[in-house]
Amino acid sequence: MAYSDKVVDHFNNPRNMGSFKKDEEGVGTGMVGAPECGDVMKLQIKVQNDTIVDAKFKTFGCGSAIASSSLATEWLKGKTIEEAQQIKNTDIVQELNLPPVKIHCSVLAEDAIKAALADYQKKADSK
Amino acid sequence: MKLPIFLDNHSTSPMDQRVLDAMLPYFVEKFGNAASRNHAFGWAAEEAVENARKQIAKLIKADPKEIVFTSGATESDNLAIKGVLEMYKEKGDHIITSSTEHRAVIDTAKSLEAKGKATATYLPVDKYGMVNPEDVRNAITDKTVLISVMLANNEIGTINPVKEIGKIAKEKGILFHCDATQGVGKIPVDVQDMGIDLMSFSAHKIYGPKGVGALYVRKKNPRVRIAAQIDGGGHERGMRSGTLPVPLIVGFGKACELCEQEMATESARLTAMRDRLQTEIMKSLEESYLNGHPTQRLPHNLNISFAYVEGESLLMGMKDIALSSGSACTSATLEPSYVLRALGVGVELAHSSIRFGLGRFNTDEEIDYTIKKVIEIVTKLREMSPLYEMAKEGVDLKSVQWAAH
Repeated sequence: MAYSDKVVDHFNNPRNMGSFKKDEEGVGTGMVGAPECGDVMKLQIKVQNDTIVDAKFKTFGCGSAIASSSLATEWLKGKTIEEAQQIKNTDIVQELNLPPVKIHCSVLAEDAIKAALADYQKKADSK
Repeated sequence: MKLPIFLDNHSTSPMDQRVLDAMLPYFVEKFGNAASRNHAFGWAAEEAVENARKQIAKLIKADPKEIVFTSGATESDNLAIKGVLEMYKEKGDHIITSSTEHRAVIDTAKSLEAKGKATATYLPVDKYGMVNPEDVRNAITDKTVLISVMLANNEIGTINPVKEIGKIAKEKGILFHCDATQGVGKIPVDVQDMGIDLMSFSAHKIYGPKGVGALYVRKKNPRVRIAAQIDGGGHERGMRSGTLPVPLIVGFGKACELCEQEMATESARLTAMRDRLQTEIMKSLEESYLNGHPTQRLPHNLNISFAYVEGESLLMGMKDIALSSGSACTSATLEPSYVLRALGVGVELAHSSIRFGLGRFNTDEEIDYTIKKVIEIVTKLREMSPLYEMAKEGVDLKSVQWAAH
């Protein structure tokens, strides 16, 4: 199966790969997937004044899973919480030109975004 | 050194130039039908086929008359299993096979089961992927008509104790079929010594052409009979009708001859290269695990799982090296390798496996390049892996509540 140029580019030059400390001020962490299924994504956002100022990811999975999470961090940066909620897996599919068998990678990325946002919200609310 | 490098010789192999040279006259110049008994064109074709039959038989210590040509090992497996079950249906309908067989065997058995034409026992294997001959013995019932166990596995290269299984089959008077596709031409095969009654193999795994294979069918002690699965002109002693593909058969013969002549030196060369590949990779990368038997394995096979990284991404990171993976993402079924699962390898590690298949035309320089690339990409992807990060932090990954999807 051939990968799209964009998937290859994200795979070879992943954007924002890495981690924030989970307990750092304003950080929300989302971890989705399972090792048995062959993909696990960790997506983190750093929020200041309701805006995502930075994002990072680490992914265990195929090239499309890595590319989906790399792209997600790129899109998250600079968005407000409200705007970030609007990112849909179909946007990722379109941007990366994912074939049908790889759509679950984009679903996982959307789940990771939602999980990171929810984690941030929970931490903010508990203050 | 030319890129990309081909290290997927279990899937197929490049044809040897000497094989092609032997085949070429049989396309245009000597195009006859080997079944044409009344003219020179037919005689030339028949002579070429009979010569190839001898070359092939010699490699496996059989009589040339015991070679039945097919389109490949998949057809041979189908013909052997369906042919025996149909021919001996008065005697019984039970087949014993193993859980790591090629799908050409497992799915043939399953299809017969589904049609109510057979019952099958799929024997487990040990943690190295080996069938225990005593398990074979214990599975035999008075309805058993066929034992089908492979010589060597296509993913992990483990070589089964075929001779012991052959002995049990003979003792109990049950026919023994062996799918030897991965082993013929690579390791010594002797159908007499191993007690094999039917054996499948093909040309394209041994530097011959695609589209031709053979089924060895024993002629005496016992004389094995199989029901033909293709009706027609009654070629191949009635067991497999269809005009013989003369050029392919000539190539198959030449490929077998070359394997026979060069096996000893080639197997030593491949073993040395494979061992170096294994040692260098495993000493540089912690938590890399060998799949399959440490010693009882094909000389050109290496299968390693690299914990915390996924197989398809490894392949993607080594685009200039042709390899294969047991990862779900690389399979048509979207399930991780059933062979590795049968060995008791965890699903995570099955997703992380890479199969290296060395061959006649690989060089030391290519192996050096591969060692370097594998270490580079595994290190890079582990840096990217949340699982590796957690493991490094001391988190027990088994204790984590994952959200399976």
